[in-house]
Amino acid sequence: MKLRTDQSLIAKWIKHNTRVLDLGCGDGALLANLQKEQNVSGYGIEIDEENIIKCLGSGVNVIQTDLDAGLSQFDSNTFDYVIMTQTLQAIYYPEKLLTEMTRVGYEAIVTFPNMAHWKCRIQMALGGHMPKSRTLPYEWHNTPNIHLCSLDDFENLCAEKNIEILERTTVDHAHQISLGMSILPNLLGEVAIYRFRSSA
Amino acid sequence: MQNSLPPNSIGLVKPNKVHFDKKLVLASGSSLNGFELVYETYGKLNANCSNAILICHALSGDHHVAGYHSSKDKKPGWWDNAIGPNKVIDTNKFFVVCPNNIGGCGGSTGPLTTNPDTGEIYGPNFPLVTVKDWVKTQAMLADHLGIDVWAVIIGGSLGGMQCIEWSIAYPDRLKHTFVIAAASKLSTQNIAFNEIARQVIRSDRNFNEGYYYKSDNKPMHGLMQARMLGHITYLSDDALDEKFGRQLRNGEIKFGYDVEFQIESYLRYQGRSFVDRFDANSYLLITKVLDYFDPAAETDGNLAKAMSPAKAEFLIISFSSDWRFSPTRSVEIVGALLETNKKVSYIEIQSKEGHDSFLKEIPIYHQAMKTTLNRIATEISV
Repeated sequence: MKLRTDQSLIAKWIKHNTRVLDLGCGDGALLANLQKEQNVSGYGIEIDEENIIKCLGSGVNVIQTDLDAGLSQFDSNTFDYVIMTQTLQAIYYPEKLLTEMTRVGYEAIVTFPNMAHWKCRIQMALGGHMPKSRTLPYEWHNTPNIHLCSLDDFENLCAEKNIEILERTTVDHAHQISLGMSILPNLLGEVAIYRFRSSA
Repeated sequence: MQNSLPPNSIGLVKPNKVHFDKKLVLASGSSLNGFELVYETYGKLNANCSNAILICHALSGDHHVAGYHSSKDKKPGWWDNAIGPNKVIDTNKFFVVCPNNIGGCGGSTGPLTTNPDTGEIYGPNFPLVTVKDWVKTQAMLADHLGIDVWAVIIGGSLGGMQCIEWSIAYPDRLKHTFVIAAASKLSTQNIAFNEIARQVIRSDRNFNEGYYYKSDNKPMHGLMQARMLGHITYLSDDALDEKFGRQLRNGEIKFGYDVEFQIESYLRYQGRSFVDRFDANSYLLITKVLDYFDPAAETDGNLAKAMSPAKAEFLIISFSSDWRFSPTRSVEIVGALLETNKKVSYIEIQSKEGHDSFLKEIPIYHQAMKTTLNRIATEISV
């Protein structure tokens, strides 16, 4: 299975022979890849049945769970990494889940669409409507993305929750990295990728 | 006549029988002086014996899982919708085995068998057995068939309990297991239902302390009522409502105790047809097998510890409307396996059909098993 660029970037951050929990693992592509290429073991959490079937087909351990119910079934520090790609914005209580991620894993990795990307800003400021883009294709009334944020918002929340950011990168809609994004990530980065851990 | 059978069916099948001479010491301390297992097999065992699937039956099931015994049979085996050529459990790829468990009434040694030591029918004196005993006899059958390692062991309900026991007792003898609509132990409510069923049977005036077979009168009413009670608990409120609602059999209330509502007629039919094929002593015994199962009892209630020897890859499946073996019970098993980093996947199937869902042809349910089995088939290259 082919990885999205944000997933390929994450794969590079993950050390070989580690244990990974992938929240909202989709079709299991990232885990299947990590299992095969990096001898990683672990589980995917997914709610959609069609995705679960795909995971079963590719030999990814998948547990059907609603992420909004939390991660209480997992003990503290049972994974090296807890990953959540493109899901944070659809969670009811993101701040609780972020804390849970840092409890269950030594490190956590999230990716999310940046609401402060310049295209979003223009659509809001000049167009006068909720932003839509390739990473945010929905209308305001049918979007599953109920908790959109910017890089700055995310980093403020981390500071509040005693979460230490270890690494940050941003990519554009084609999931490419450019020089501009590393200078002005909150303005130019379309998708944010963070690696962090509890500092408590 | 064979042509009249459905084309996707495994077709006509014949049960086999194997006798074990060795004394079988049971978990209770009692023993059987030799025993017989009746079983059916479908498909072919491959050269390196790596494609065998064991099906473990539930309370009222037996060894006849798929196909027909005669072209005149009205119904195929109890899981025919899942087992056969190109079906979910594909007999073109896998060698499928299902024994009737001891203590049952499908032909394996049980209360209807003659005790070789006394020359009399065991009847109520058949020793109480456990899931552990069953799994032990299934392992003996595997030896007899030349199967060292099962590719998959599959079971629903009480069958799922046998899967759990296999994974603990013989961790090296199974690669995968599908634990469906099961629990690691019965809830108090479940034991209570079983106790009512037993009391109803035992208080039938024909029960005769379990020696009813000595006369022509069986404890028909007791067994029928026990089955009626059980049957309601295997369905959901919604499923019953959808199927029967408050429909009246004769269009009007008659102000009497004869059958008035369709549900009454249906339950009586279910009860009666069960009595024709099931033995009361077996029913009593198997409800006890269910009650006793609790692998965590040996590890101070710690299921994760109890299941820690397991090496199999687990697929745990539950059904949203199952209140007899609810999804929560499956999640407990999943939790225990996660605690010790076992390979496990879990899916809760949305279904209205209650506990009986595990026997139904629900697309996502069947797809989950088929997808996994296809992968397993590739792994063992059949």
